[in-house]
Amino acid sequence: MKLDFKHTQAAHCENGVTTSLLRHHGVNQITEPLAFGIGSGLFFIYIPFMKINNGPAIAFRTQPGLIFSRTCKALDIPVARKKFRSKKEAEKILMECLAAGQPVGCQVGVYYLTYFPKEYRFHFNAHNLIVFGKEEDNFLISDPVMEMATSLSSYELERVRFAKGAFAPRGQLYYPKEKREVTNEQIKKAIKTGINRNITLMLRIPGPIAGIRGIRFMAKKISQWRDKLGPKKAGSYLAQLVRMQEEIGTGGGGFRFIYAAFLQEAHAYHPIPELIDISKQFTKSGDIWRSAAVQAAGIYKGRIGSQADFDVMSDYLRASADIEKQAFQALSKIKWPA
Amino acid sequence: MKKEELPQDLGALGKITGEVCYVVDESGNYTTQLSNGWEVKSSALEVAWKDVEQRIQEAHNKVINKEASPILFFMELRVMDIPIVAAYTGFWKWQVKKHLKYKNFEKLSASRLAKYAALFEVSVEELKTMKADET
Repeated sequence: MKLDFKHTQAAHCENGVTTSLLRHHGVNQITEPLAFGIGSGLFFIYIPFMKINNGPAIAFRTQPGLIFSRTCKALDIPVARKKFRSKKEAEKILMECLAAGQPVGCQVGVYYLTYFPKEYRFHFNAHNLIVFGKEEDNFLISDPVMEMATSLSSYELERVRFAKGAFAPRGQLYYPKEKREVTNEQIKKAIKTGINRNITLMLRIPGPIAGIRGIRFMAKKISQWRDKLGPKKAGSYLAQLVRMQEEIGTGGGGFRFIYAAFLQEAHAYHPIPELIDISKQFTKSGDIWRSAAVQAAGIYKGRIGSQADFDVMSDYLRASADIEKQAFQALSKIKWPA
Repeated sequence: MKKEELPQDLGALGKITGEVCYVVDESGNYTTQLSNGWEVKSSALEVAWKDVEQRIQEAHNKVINKEASPILFFMELRVMDIPIVAAYTGFWKWQVKKHLKYKNFEKLSASRLAKYAALFEVSVEELKTMKADET
């Protein structure tokens, strides 16, 4: 059984799954940047008391699962989402969906994901893919980060759906419940909602570790890493920062470029000149994040490593924080036509 | 990032698939383009794996000196930590912690050893002797 489903590649897995599933359901306007922006995907958080793979816990995007939920909600599309205790039940429901002609989004862990290169297989459980058919014992898989559709045996799929550890997927599957056409008016409204929520997330979230303040906090910590952790461990921490910022899924520059692309697309719906200017600011911020990554690479490769080099790193982050703060403030001042 | 500045440094993922990146074209519009990788991030990934290798080596030495049980070695080899091992085996975290001690490991029942061996994808014999093909 193979559903009539078109695999599309995306930068980020959840954006990609959201975009492909919504398109399948007749939302022709949706693109990856729109899904990301409407879902208020841009974020920053550095959780100092938590460790991931023995390194710092840093995220450049919002919590897994939210982009899909928020985007569907904003477009008034009902969502089905299920987790399972039993592996058998999880496969049974998946098969029922496929039999009903419904491609299904699944949350999976990447450690046992056989088509991924070994170098990428850490215990990371918030990856997303779409199952769109089954031929003999193989499930047909549309993984948004891959150029081509692929497949997993039923055992392999079960294994990744029931990966354990932080964010354990517990067989989670999700899909839009109904086929619905979405009007341009709805998209316009959703864009506005998405932007406003993102302003709140980046500017007004309480506490020092998230949003713009989170970036500044991280900048301050980085300049202390060399003394506190020693050069080697500080290098490893910076490498982790770069991986979170640039590795598969971010579209480059810690999602800042996707967000800039979103604002450009938003301009097509809301012809407000400020959107283009603000989009450029996010491009600039993304470029600074990438310069910071180059600086970090110099440190973890051992080419540079003085305290001054760490301070340069912090300055890059502060510069990004300043630009993003101004950009979100400018967004909050936009007068949306009623 | 401008379109022409997108790095194409072949990395581990690039051999399998290009990655979608968002870039600005000549007229200032956003578009997507595939990248085969970027040296800056492949070296970051290398750092992460070197750290893993070092942890495996340290664990190996600890087991040889009877300061830790082979479970520590395999935990590091499979890039796991205590919560992950506990979640997969069904043991409590404090039990796993206990089993990481060499003394307690020697007393483990056959069925418990079998659980660990299954998780680490080795035989019980290999688990005890720390023999594993490094794949």
